[in-house]
Amino acid sequence: MTTTVTMAGGTTEMSIGLGHYLTVSAILFVLGILGIFLNRKNVIVILMSIELLLLAVNLNFVAFSAALQDMTGQIFTMFVLTVAAAEAAIGLAILVIYFRNRGSIAVDDVSTLKG
Amino acid sequence: MDSWTLILPELVLAVAGLLVLVAGVIPKRDTSYAVNMAVLGAFLLAAVLVMMQPEGTAYAGQYVADSFTKFTKLLVIAGAALGLLLALDWNVKQNLAKFEYPVLLLLSTVGMMIMLSANDLMALYIGLELLSLSLYVIAAFDRDNARSTEAGLKYFVLGALASGLLLYGSSLIYGFTGSTNFDRIADAVAATEGVPFGLVVGLVFVLAALAFKVSAVPFHMWTPDVYEGAPTPVTAFFASAPKVAAIGLLTRVAAGPFGDLADQWQQVIILCSLGSMILGSLAAIGQKNIKRLMAYSSIGHVGYALMGLAVGSGLGVRALLLYMAIYLFTNVGAFAVLAAMRRQGRSLEGVDDLAGVGRTDPAMALAMTIFMFSMAGIPPMAGFFGKYFVIGAAIQGGYMTLAVVGVLTSAISAYYYLRVIKVMWFDNGVGALDARPASLSVVMAGTGLFTVFFFAFPAPFLAAAQAAVAALVG
Repeated sequence: MTTTVTMAGGTTEMSIGLGHYLTVSAILFVLGILGIFLNRKNVIVILMSIELLLLAVNLNFVAFSAALQDMTGQIFTMFVLTVAAAEAAIGLAILVIYFRNRGSIAVDDVSTLKG
Repeated sequence: MDSWTLILPELVLAVAGLLVLVAGVIPKRDTSYAVNMAVLGAFLLAAVLVMMQPEGTAYAGQYVADSFTKFTKLLVIAGAALGLLLALDWNVKQNLAKFEYPVLLLLSTVGMMIMLSANDLMALYIGLELLSLSLYVIAAFDRDNARSTEAGLKYFVLGALASGLLLYGSSLIYGFTGSTNFDRIADAVAATEGVPFGLVVGLVFVLAALAFKVSAVPFHMWTPDVYEGAPTPVTAFFASAPKVAAIGLLTRVAAGPFGDLADQWQQVIILCSLGSMILGSLAAIGQKNIKRLMAYSSIGHVGYALMGLAVGSGLGVRALLLYMAIYLFTNVGAFAVLAAMRRQGRSLEGVDDLAGVGRTDPAMALAMTIFMFSMAGIPPMAGFFGKYFVIGAAIQGGYMTLAVVGVLTSAISAYYYLRVIKVMWFDNGVGALDARPASLSVVMAGTGLFTVFFFAFPAPFLAAAQAAVAALVG
């Protein structure tokens, strides 16, 4: 699955291998996790971060699938996409009823329950 | 064996769920009672089908049925049915009697059964998500209540994070072994020289996600908030069936495809077990809300159950299965008492609200005393035998630290269990609780009798757990 890319200058050539895909996906995954934990503003941003996590995983699966010459990874990706859609729908529904009760979706306000 | 015949229990339950959903929505009048009864009937039917299910694998190895799935699935169905019984009266009194509740419970049970029968990372993921998505919704089921919706929101965010971790781990395992099938992963692990780093990272991600689902330390932070905020019957359900399912899944993943990597995952499980036992016993001490107390108590119990897995022997897994069976029934019984705590129509959640129950309702106080003794591990209640088996397995395996911490934390946790008993029998209350509904009395009596008389007839449970272990460890 090595792809040869001609860089902007037209002279340099580099090949994109499995490692590059895995690195990008790892970066996206970490960004998603940071988005969940460091975000102090809005719950919608958390939902976006969750999507980012799942898409990073999909990238991983597809890259492995291509590298292994095996379809399973791509089938798994289809499942993940489907479930992610259902998850987003349920997440937004819960967020809507939460907003109705509290009138706010700021992360700092989600703190009624404490021990 | 034909695949469709083998998965009959899940198939029947899923189809029943869809039919009931249609039947619930079409009539103009309130259908919640009829749907509740239909779902209870479907649970009964599924339990019978699980008992009659032959052993084998289906769908090119995606699905497996053996004694282990039989044991855990029967527990899960029993937990779900009891959870539904607890909700019958509660939902009517709280104005929550909607037919979606039993349907969601049923769908989550299908998810749990798929999880337990999963023999592939894909089937595992689909089962787990079917369970989780249903649970997010029922956590927020009291949708006009700010606490319930907050519980649902928190559970959703952290649950989705756990799913992400699970998937990332799955993708690494797939990449480094070349397959998502548990049997082929096991072959690949056995065939590789040494242990690839990526595989260990993937395994740790998957374990972390499953530890989150069973609420083991350090992935427990959602538990107290969600247990406190969700409606009481929902909390009862959360603390019983899904926990058994997730522990069963964790056991299968650890002992099945990664049996050869035991050295890698054992340390993780030992740390989770120690942390859960210690936090569960210490953090519950100061709690005034009894649902929050039960949340920490359930974290502690998961610690004991994980001790059985951490030992990594057949004896340990048998102890784990028995522990979860006993925990399930004791816990549902205790939550039946919590669901019955109601004065002048208002539901109560404080430990102090139990004051004086010993005088006004001695039968219920006696039942709660039995459950608390059992959770504290005082003989001859069932809970004592659960702890006896796991700690015995730890000593036999030479894990003295686990055994010593187990005994110490169970002594510490006895303090808050006994405090509940003391409040019930010796403190003065403000008045009698409302009369308890028949459904709760039935659950209390059934689980209470099980808890008290387990010592007299442990043989069938031991035999079933032994057979389940034989299917898993071989």
